[in-house]
Amino acid sequence: MSLEEELAVIMTVNGERVARSIPVRQHLVDFLRTELGLTGSHIGCEHGMCGACSVRVDGAVVRGCLMLAVQADGCDVLTIEGLTESEEVADLQAKFVERNALQCGYCTPGMLITAAELLKQGKPVSRDGIRAFLSGNYCRCTGYHAIIDAVEETLKARTG
Amino acid sequence: MKLAMNANARLTPLDRPNSYVGRTLSRVGARRAVAGRGTYTDDMSLPRMLHAAFLRSPHAHARIARIETSAAERAPGVVKVMSGAEVAKMCTGPWVGTLTCFPGMKSAPQYPMAVDRACWQGEPVIMIIAQTRALAEDAAELIEIAWEPLPAVTQKETALDRTTPVLHSVLGNNLAFRKVIDTGGVDTALENSDVVVEGTFDFGRHTAVSLEPRAILADYDKYTQRLTLYTSSQVPHMIQTVFARTLGVPEHNVRVVAPDVGGSFGLKIHTFGDEIAATAAAIALGRPVKFIADRLESFVSDIHARENRISARMGVSKAGEIQALEIDVLSGAGAYSQFPRTSVFEANLILNITGGPYKHKYYRAKASVVYLNKVPTSQYRAVGHPIGNSVGEALVDWAAQATGLDPIEFRRRNVMPDDSYPRTTAAGIKVADMSHQRCIDVLVERMGYMALRKEQAELRAKGIHHGIGIAAFIKGTAPGPRGYYGAGGAPIASQDACTIKLEPGGGVICAVGVTEQGQGVDTVMGQIAASILGVPMEQVRVISGDTDATPYGGGTYASRATAIGGEAVFQAAHELRSEILSLAGTLLQAAPSTLDLLDGQVVDAGSGRQRISLAEIGRIGHFQVGELPNSVQPVLSVTRRYRLLEDLYIFTNGIHGAYVEVDPDTGFIRLLKHWVVEDCGRIINPQLADEQVRGGCVQGLGGALYEHSIYDEAGQLVNGTMADYLTPMAGEMPDIEVAHVQTPTSVSELGAKGVGESGTGAAPAVVMNAVNDALRPFGARVTTQPMTPEVLLKALGKV
Repeated sequence: MSLEEELAVIMTVNGERVARSIPVRQHLVDFLRTELGLTGSHIGCEHGMCGACSVRVDGAVVRGCLMLAVQADGCDVLTIEGLTESEEVADLQAKFVERNALQCGYCTPGMLITAAELLKQGKPVSRDGIRAFLSGNYCRCTGYHAIIDAVEETLKARTG
Repeated sequence: MKLAMNANARLTPLDRPNSYVGRTLSRVGARRAVAGRGTYTDDMSLPRMLHAAFLRSPHAHARIARIETSAAERAPGVVKVMSGAEVAKMCTGPWVGTLTCFPGMKSAPQYPMAVDRACWQGEPVIMIIAQTRALAEDAAELIEIAWEPLPAVTQKETALDRTTPVLHSVLGNNLAFRKVIDTGGVDTALENSDVVVEGTFDFGRHTAVSLEPRAILADYDKYTQRLTLYTSSQVPHMIQTVFARTLGVPEHNVRVVAPDVGGSFGLKIHTFGDEIAATAAAIALGRPVKFIADRLESFVSDIHARENRISARMGVSKAGEIQALEIDVLSGAGAYSQFPRTSVFEANLILNITGGPYKHKYYRAKASVVYLNKVPTSQYRAVGHPIGNSVGEALVDWAAQATGLDPIEFRRRNVMPDDSYPRTTAAGIKVADMSHQRCIDVLVERMGYMALRKEQAELRAKGIHHGIGIAAFIKGTAPGPRGYYGAGGAPIASQDACTIKLEPGGGVICAVGVTEQGQGVDTVMGQIAASILGVPMEQVRVISGDTDATPYGGGTYASRATAIGGEAVFQAAHELRSEILSLAGTLLQAAPSTLDLLDGQVVDAGSGRQRISLAEIGRIGHFQVGELPNSVQPVLSVTRRYRLLEDLYIFTNGIHGAYVEVDPDTGFIRLLKHWVVEDCGRIINPQLADEQVRGGCVQGLGGALYEHSIYDEAGQLVNGTMADYLTPMAGEMPDIEVAHVQTPTSVSELGAKGVGESGTGAAPAVVMNAVNDALRPFGARVTTQPMTPEVLLKALGKV
C-alpha cells in the first residue's frame, strides 16, 4: 500500500455524517483540522505525549495523533466543537473562564475533553485524583492549579 | 495588603471604588478558547498556499561536500527545493548576533540556513516547498547530502582549551563574551569572614516547549510588494523590522500579525532561520508558504537556555552577616549567538542579580560565555534568574547553617531594609520600592513556618524526610532603553505605546504595542483604559498583535507588558479623557474641571448628574463638528509612548517557600506545597497576577526537577521527544499559594511592575533549598539541576 493511497471512509463527526476519501497515512487530527476545518483540536507533539489533540471516539478519549483517520471508519467522533454545541460541559467551560484555568488556550480543548470523561463518571474525586487523571495533558501556562480548581469545583457542583 | 501611596502619583480614576483596576475580571479571549474557537497560526489557510519542511543537519558539526536534490525536485507535489546558499542569496547579507552594549562580544556571521557547513544538529540545511507538509517531508527523504563530519565542541569546560578545535576560525577562539563585576575588597572581606561557604553548581540546558510550536505563514503580494506574516510571536514589530532588513523588503511594506499564540515564554521573541527561509520562499514563489515546526524539530531548533556551571563562595561573620560574595560563571552558548538578542543575556543577568536581595558591599562576579556545537541559546522565561537565585540562595542557606541561624532569621538580618530605598546593589544595580522584610513576614505567616518546622522534626523521627525551602529574590522587569537591546544596536523598542480613540458610537479603541499570549494583556490594558475613561469594560476594545493596527512597540517579554505598556495606556487614556472633558465643556459651556466621566457619561463632578453621553460626544466630534466653534477641532485620538528614563529595569522582589518530601532510597522528590509572596507594585487584575506566578513557578520547577536537553559527546541531542524530555504534568505539581505586597514603582503613575517571571525566577532555588534541607540529616547536598533521582542518589552516595 503506497503512502498516497486513499480509502473511502464514512464516519460521524460532531453528529454529522462525513464521507471522504482519506490518505491512509493521515492521522485523525490532521484529517479533522485540514479536511473538516475543525481547528479546535490542536497538534502539540504528534507522538501521543501532550494530549492537545485529544478527541472522543465512540465515547472514549483518544489521542488524535495516534489514530489514523481511516481507523475511524464507522466511528462516532466528537471534537471540542461538538462538545461545546452539546453543552455537555458548559458548566466546566464556564468554570475554566471564571477560574482562569487557561492562558494561551492551546491545551484547553484536549484538557476539557479529558476532564469531561472524569465528570461523566459522576462521582467525587480527590484533588490528587483529578491531578492524576489529567496527567496526560500538558499545559505550559497555568501550572495546573487553576485547572484542578475548575474541575474540582465543577465536580462538586455536579455531585453535590 | 495595603497599597503604599506613590509619592509622585496624582489621584486618578484608578483609585475610585468603581475602578476596574484591582479587580478580577475574566479574560476577553478565554470564552472563545474554551469553545475551541481560538485561531492560531496553523489554523489559518490562504489560497494557493504551500508548505515548507526542512532537512536538518544530522551532525553537530560537518562540512557539506555535495547536495543532490534532483529526485526531491521531481517528487509528487514538490514546487521548489532551496539550499542554504540559495536562501542566502535572497538575504541582504549574513547577520551577526552581537550587541555593542556587550563590549568585546563576538559571534560569527550567520545565514538563515547552513551554507557550507552545519554547526549544530538540527540546523536547517535544505528547504522543501510542496503542496502539503507530508509531501514536503517525503521529498526530504530523497535528498542526498555528502557530509564530511568535523570535530564537535560539546563541553563548555574545555571549550577554551588550546587543544579544543575552534568552532569559527574567524573568531580566533570559542569565547563569545567575558564580563567582570568587581567592587574591590572581596579578597579582604572573605579573609576577614568567620565562615566561608562554597559550592559548584551545574544547570542543564532546557528549552521552552511551548505547546504550540513556532509557526509562520508568509504571504507576499508581488503586485503591491507587500509582505504579510502571520506568526506566533511576542514581538510583531521586531519581526517586521528584522525580516524587512534581512530580506530587503521595505519595512513599511511588511505587516506582521500575531494571531492567538499558543504559549511563548521568551521562545517567540526571537528570529529563526527556518522562518526567514520560509518567508524567502514565499517571496520567491509569490505564493503563501506555511511553516509549522513539529515537536521533534522544535527540540533541535528552538532556542535553548540555562546551560551554566558556577563556582561560588560567600563569606559571613559569626553574627550571620554576609560579608562578600564571589561567583564565577561558565555559560555554554550554542553554535552562534542568537540574532538579534544575543546568547549572553543569561550570563549577564546572573552577574547582575546573584545575591541581589542582600546588603553586602563586596561582590566579584566573572562570566565567560563559550560557543558549542549545540542549538543556540537565548532568552527563556526569567533569563538568568533561576540560576543566579539558585546559587545565591543555596549559599545563604549554607551560611545560615554554618552560623547556627534559622534560614528565615538569617535572611531577616541580611536583606535590604524596606526603608532603605533607593539604593544600589553590590552588583551596581539601582533598585527601589522593594519590600523584602514585609514579604518575609507574609511568607512566615502564610506557610505556618514554625508549625511546619515542628512537623518536619516529628516526621524525621519517623524516617520521613521533609524539607522546607526558602528563597528570596529580586527580578529585573520591564527593561529600560539604557544598556539594553536598542542601545546595543538591535531593532528592538524598549518603549511602548498606546493609541486610544473615541469612536463615533462612544466606544473606545485601544491599540497597544504590547502583545497577548494568554497572560491577559488585552484585558489588563482594557481595565486601565476603561477606568481612566470612566466607561464600562464592554465599551473598550483592545487591539494588539498587528503592526498595521498598533503603534510601534516592543511587544511582550521580560515582564514588561503591564509595567511599560500599561503606563502608555494610562497616559494616553488620560489625554483622551482631557480632550473629551474639554469638548464637553465647550458643548455644555462648563469648565472642564467641573466635569467628570462616569459609566460612559459626562457628569457634573460634584453631584454626578448626567450631562452628555460619550456616544453623543463621539457623534458630534466626528459628524457634527459644524456645531463647534471654528477654533475647536476634535481629534479624539491620542498616542502616548512610555519608557524608563534612568533605570536599567524596574526591579521587583519577593520570596518563595517550598515543602517537599525526599525518598532517600529512590531519590524521588515529592512537591507538597509551594508559596510565593511577591511585590509587583500595583496589581491591575489579582487573579491574572496570581496565575502568572503559578504558571511561572511550574515552569521553574520543570527546569529544577525534570527538564534537560541532554547531549552526548558527539553533540547529538539524545532526548528530543516529549517521551524522553520530561515536562511537569499535573500529577507531580503542587498547589501554589500566592500572596502579594504592593509597593508601587515610583517610575510610573500606574505603579505596576512586572509579574510574569517572579514564579520562574526563584522556584528552582527554593525547591533546591528544600531538597537540601531534607537531605541535611544525611550530610548530603545537591547542586545540580535538574535534580533527578540519579542526582540525589549520587549526592547520597548510593550510586
